[in-house]
Amino acid sequence: MTDPAPSLGKDLVGLENLTAGQILAILDTAEPFKEISERRIKKVPVLRGKTIVNLFFEASTRTRISFEFAEKRLSADTVNISSTGSSVAKGETLVDTARNLEAMRIDMVVIRHGASGAAHFLADRIPSNVVNAGDGWHEHPTQGLLDLLTIRDHRGGIDGLKVCIVGDILHSRVARSNIYGLRALGAEVAICGPKTLLPPAPEELGCIVFPRVEEAIEWADVVNVLRLQLERMEAGYVPSLREYNRIWGVSKRRLQAAPKDLLILHPGPMNRGVEIDSDVADGEHSVILNQVTNGVAVRMAVLYLLAGGQPEKAEAAKQGAEA
Amino acid sequence: MSRKMLLSGGRVVDPSQSLDAELDVLLVEGAVASVGASLTSAEDAEVVDCSGLVVTPGLIDVHVHFREPGEEHKETIATGAASAVAGGFTAVCTMPNTDPPIDDPAAVGFIVAAGRAAGLSRVYPVGCISVGRGGERLALVGEMVEAGAVAITDDGSPVMNSGLMRLALEYAQAFDIPVADHPEDLGVSATGHMNEGIISARLGIAGKPNASEDIHIVRDLLLAELTGGHIHLQHVSTRFGVEAIRQAKARGVRVTAEASPHHLILTHQAVEGFRTEAKMNPPLRTQEDVDAVRAGVADGTLDTIATDHAPHHYDEKEAAFADAPNGIVGLETSLGLVLTHVVGEGVIDLSTMVERMSCQPARAFRLPGGTLVEGAVGDVTIFDPNETWTVEAARFASKSRNTPFEGWELTGRPRRTIVDGRTVWSA
Repeated sequence: MTDPAPSLGKDLVGLENLTAGQILAILDTAEPFKEISERRIKKVPVLRGKTIVNLFFEASTRTRISFEFAEKRLSADTVNISSTGSSVAKGETLVDTARNLEAMRIDMVVIRHGASGAAHFLADRIPSNVVNAGDGWHEHPTQGLLDLLTIRDHRGGIDGLKVCIVGDILHSRVARSNIYGLRALGAEVAICGPKTLLPPAPEELGCIVFPRVEEAIEWADVVNVLRLQLERMEAGYVPSLREYNRIWGVSKRRLQAAPKDLLILHPGPMNRGVEIDSDVADGEHSVILNQVTNGVAVRMAVLYLLAGGQPEKAEAAKQGAEA
Repeated sequence: MSRKMLLSGGRVVDPSQSLDAELDVLLVEGAVASVGASLTSAEDAEVVDCSGLVVTPGLIDVHVHFREPGEEHKETIATGAASAVAGGFTAVCTMPNTDPPIDDPAAVGFIVAAGRAAGLSRVYPVGCISVGRGGERLALVGEMVEAGAVAITDDGSPVMNSGLMRLALEYAQAFDIPVADHPEDLGVSATGHMNEGIISARLGIAGKPNASEDIHIVRDLLLAELTGGHIHLQHVSTRFGVEAIRQAKARGVRVTAEASPHHLILTHQAVEGFRTEAKMNPPLRTQEDVDAVRAGVADGTLDTIATDHAPHHYDEKEAAFADAPNGIVGLETSLGLVLTHVVGEGVIDLSTMVERMSCQPARAFRLPGGTLVEGAVGDVTIFDPNETWTVEAARFASKSRNTPFEGWELTGRPRRTIVDGRTVWSA
């Protein structure tokens, strides 16, 4: 019997401070949970009696729904709070929102916030488990985890793979969580995009930099394409979306020489014809919808582990045994 | 009967007259009457035993924010002055970025009157460069000086219009006052909240690169050279900035420059964990920058140590990093920090510290004090160089508690602050 898998601690605010063992424990726990979503009755009693608040200060469709499905399929009681129409819109501070939630004795908070460090801030101030569903440009750890799981599903492992993240790295919490998670598991990581959208000190982050996407694709086993937000063009980071597509867009032509097993990921929502062309998004290399499916399983795993579940007991818990 | 105080047996450190010896200081009627060995006290003098203590000309901080008028929940002139004297400062220069800003003689008069009413440290207002700090038209500089302003600045914001800065440097010469600038090119830095580098990259916080500060330091030096005006560069934090000032001084440009205790001691690592108490502007930078600021203070390139005392209410700092305001309180930790981490680590000696914190600030801003020569104002700071204490923000006289130094153990602490020959604070 090997040592028990390492605990995650109280919160999941990012992947930066997780060990390879902790990350693998989450991915391994997600495996048995994948099957729940394939059942006719998609519900197991793993988190029965737990109350979870989904606290979304920023608009989100995919991530919020994915968390909500994960929670409901594990039988937790959930409440959604979004910034519009809530006390947040009435000027309540983050710390007051946190204290009010704490006073209602909730078990877990899933937080999405526009400010880097918001999840960290909440985690430091309330005893409930906090899961970061994206904070500013900082981290989006469950997205990083579902990307890792998807890559592992298709390539058998992460160690030694070459993964290039293409696009707006500077403003991307997805990029940071990917960089930390991939490097912890032994991948080589590159970033590619116009210099205006790359973070300072990329080498110190452990990343190779490709100024042009052709070189990046030639180098990579996996290309993770990030969404280019319209507001970046408006702020002058790139002169036009059309030019961005011409120079950094991932197109079928640019993938012509790529090996069959090259993977294309995208965290969504996609701007077809900007950072990724439709025939790539819908093409043979794309695992974009597998990412979405894995998102639910990874989030189930995170919630289960933070609630005190053991990775090796996930299979049994799924059958109705006590976590 | 005349008012007399004899400061007996302390180590008197006064670089303005190259003094560093165990001596007595006699203050009469609010002025220094004499400094010498074994002065005989007149019978009616109050005798203060200073043995084991250091006696210096009163410390002067040329860069503080007392928030009044407009943000009295953070600090008032009275609480700020109380914080000053508790930190060993006998005089301060208050920045004009209040609400409303100090941009006319009536507003200057308000600060002067509130400072007198507090009756603690001397409070010297600094007026705005531009009307409403709007960066467009020169404020009533001459009338503000007549009302008591000792310098002008738009601190809190830089002067982005180089033409306006040129006018200020020219116009201020008629009044023999420095033009102080917070050097920052907002075009490069405006979205930033911390130093741009590996830590900002990791935390996902927009950065302010050194270049945003360096560009305006160089611009201001060029304009001072062009106009012959006196530029005072505030809170210099970059290695290139220090070197540019060093070269300008060698060319004879009229420039004086500040270093803040926090830029002499902390790096951007203090921000790790999104710590808003380490959020300030200019931001905490790298160890190389800290080393350069230290070298600048050692060789006199940075001739003044000033705190940039910036009180904020705890609610405002209890926020996500990007939402929190810049700045920390500094008056009650400055002397202890500089003694422990700048003098104590051999960067400068005690006499140079007094030069940077008293003599030179007085010269740069043309203020009384900064010396214990006979006839000088009776402003004196007495501190124990050996007392070890722990920073507890809850005990500050300031209204605010925002400090990254909470819990630090420091060696060296003020014991008595004397203004105009009167003890205004004692431990």
